[in-house]
Amino acid sequence: MVNNVKQSVLIALWFVFLTFPLLVVKVNTLKNIVEWRWINMLWVAIGAFALSIVWRWAMAQRQLKSKKAELGEEELAKPGFGLRLLEDPKIFKPFLVVLALVTLVFPLVVDIYQTNIMVLALIFVVLGLGLNVTVGLAGLLDLGYVAFFAVGAYTYGVLNSFFGFGFWISLPIGGLMGALFGIALGFPILRLRGDYLAIVTLGFGSIAKIVIENWEEVFNGAKGIAGIPRPGFFGAEMTITAATTYTYYLMILMVVFAIFITNRLKDSRIGRAWMALREDEIACVAMGVDMAKTKLGAYAFGAFWAGLAGVIFASRNTYINPNSFTFMESALVLSIVVMGGMGSIVGVIIAALVLILMPEYLRAFAEYRMLMFGAVMVLMMIFRPEGLIANVRRKYTGRKVTTEGANV
Amino acid sequence: MSEMNNTLLEVNDLTMDFGGLRAVDSVSLNVCAGEIVALIGPNGAGKTTFFNCVTGIYKPTNGDVLVHPPEKKSQKINGFKSNRVTTIGMARTFQNIRLFQNMTVLENVMIGRHCRTTTNIVGAILRGKKTKRQERETVERSYDLLEKVGLLDDADEFAKNLPYGAQRRLEIARAMATDPFLLLLDEPAAGMNPQETKDLDELIVRIRDMEKIAILLIEHDMKLVMNISDRIYVMEYGKEIAQGAPMDIRNNPKVIEAYLGEETDA
Repeated sequence: MVNNVKQSVLIALWFVFLTFPLLVVKVNTLKNIVEWRWINMLWVAIGAFALSIVWRWAMAQRQLKSKKAELGEEELAKPGFGLRLLEDPKIFKPFLVVLALVTLVFPLVVDIYQTNIMVLALIFVVLGLGLNVTVGLAGLLDLGYVAFFAVGAYTYGVLNSFFGFGFWISLPIGGLMGALFGIALGFPILRLRGDYLAIVTLGFGSIAKIVIENWEEVFNGAKGIAGIPRPGFFGAEMTITAATTYTYYLMILMVVFAIFITNRLKDSRIGRAWMALREDEIACVAMGVDMAKTKLGAYAFGAFWAGLAGVIFASRNTYINPNSFTFMESALVLSIVVMGGMGSIVGVIIAALVLILMPEYLRAFAEYRMLMFGAVMVLMMIFRPEGLIANVRRKYTGRKVTTEGANV
Repeated sequence: MSEMNNTLLEVNDLTMDFGGLRAVDSVSLNVCAGEIVALIGPNGAGKTTFFNCVTGIYKPTNGDVLVHPPEKKSQKINGFKSNRVTTIGMARTFQNIRLFQNMTVLENVMIGRHCRTTTNIVGAILRGKKTKRQERETVERSYDLLEKVGLLDDADEFAKNLPYGAQRRLEIARAMATDPFLLLLDEPAAGMNPQETKDLDELIVRIRDMEKIAILLIEHDMKLVMNISDRIYVMEYGKEIAQGAPMDIRNNPKVIEAYLGEETDA
């Protein structure tokens, strides 16, 4: 402990020294005087000292944990609150009811602005769930995921402006187009793995954006497509508020639908094959799994959700342009998956809500957004590499018992 | 030698070149129903390459790999992808264990059932009667196999947390889940202690006798090989230098010179 304090004091002094020219000395060139802001020095010292102490404590905790894990002493008996929430039906059921109520009442309580942000967050939840299949389950790193999102959005935009297709017809078409493009991308990269795969998908994402930007006749280029109708409800006329609320409930339905489907797939023959592919491709193929089919399936399935989300995104904004589909969005969705915990559905939902809602409510810190984002990512990798909520593997209870009741 | 009519695997003059290097040089081998056949040879003799050619990981440069599945028509399987080879009925294990580390022991075995079940994406989402039945059968079959290799208690454990010997047995269970008529084991006893080796020895014989699965294995543990093999093939520098019953191999001067001579010192 004494040692820690000593080290932290040294670090604090070092930081004071480093930041001295920047934070303490200020040359006023107009009046030709030097201002000495000594108080800043104090703040730097206190800040650095406190951070160092916390950092040292956290690192020590982590080391202790890994040492315990090595010796096999990890207390498996008492799972954390997060896990108990999901596994213990006594806590899980009431929690679910409360959650459902809050979700239903939400748009009636808050104003349209909040609802609108929530719709965006939910769109990213769906994107996260989709990418979670490709990256988290099948282990295929995809840095160009936003391309499929764009495919969905532009499918609706183009179908609407050229042929007058409505939202409800465009929704499945958008999803299918996404899946189709997923397969089209999947074919050439079947043999690639790891870094190579990442680079090709990154390229695909950029290509999609460039094509949209430059193909004026169809996509209207950088000007984008405007006047896309909001989701309709049997042709009823709706105010903007009503339409937003409606879109919100639609999104909730879609998230529930996505959770349901990804959950079912995860615990199926297909889901297991995806996981096996992620774990060891050679062994997976040697056990009789058709690599091409399985990989293409994973791509198509992930892209399908991006397509659906894209259609809703277009209808929510009523306007789309290529700038909504940059690498930043791909990185954001990937961060959601990594932060939430690869393969974990609940983790992905929480991470999506946090990463989308936080910047909206912390507008005051907007300038530091990327800085904080980076810091959070680094800290996550150091202290919780498995994500907020680690993927829980399903246990098949005992023999001769059917496989009802799935974990999340 | 057994009669030709129940031969399961027939390899004729198999050759594999890597650039200018001939790793396997016209090796012929056959395995009949109910047999345990061993393939031995010093390190680098080309045994694993031979395995990889037979199981479709490599496409052989020359020669034929023919399979004669029981009650099905014979096939030449050169250059088939390994998943097709497995679907035909030849399953393998790996020299350096290749389990699905972050999946449970049971799930590892369930993957083996993949090629014997048919649920597709739509089926998995709808989870109809057929899917449920297949799923139930897969789980039960996998538990059965785990029981057979003595891993029933570890079913919910992650594969990476198993001790070494158990991981080897899990690989065998996973391969057996594909309903093979021939099991190819690549150094199943590597890294095992004498007790584990003895258990493995019993397990392999039991698989042949109870499950009626023929076995082709690569092994360095001479005691195991001599104990359980019906026939032995010996390879050195990619060539086949001898074959025959364990007794003949033990006394074959060429084999002693190439391989066993070094072993007796050790």
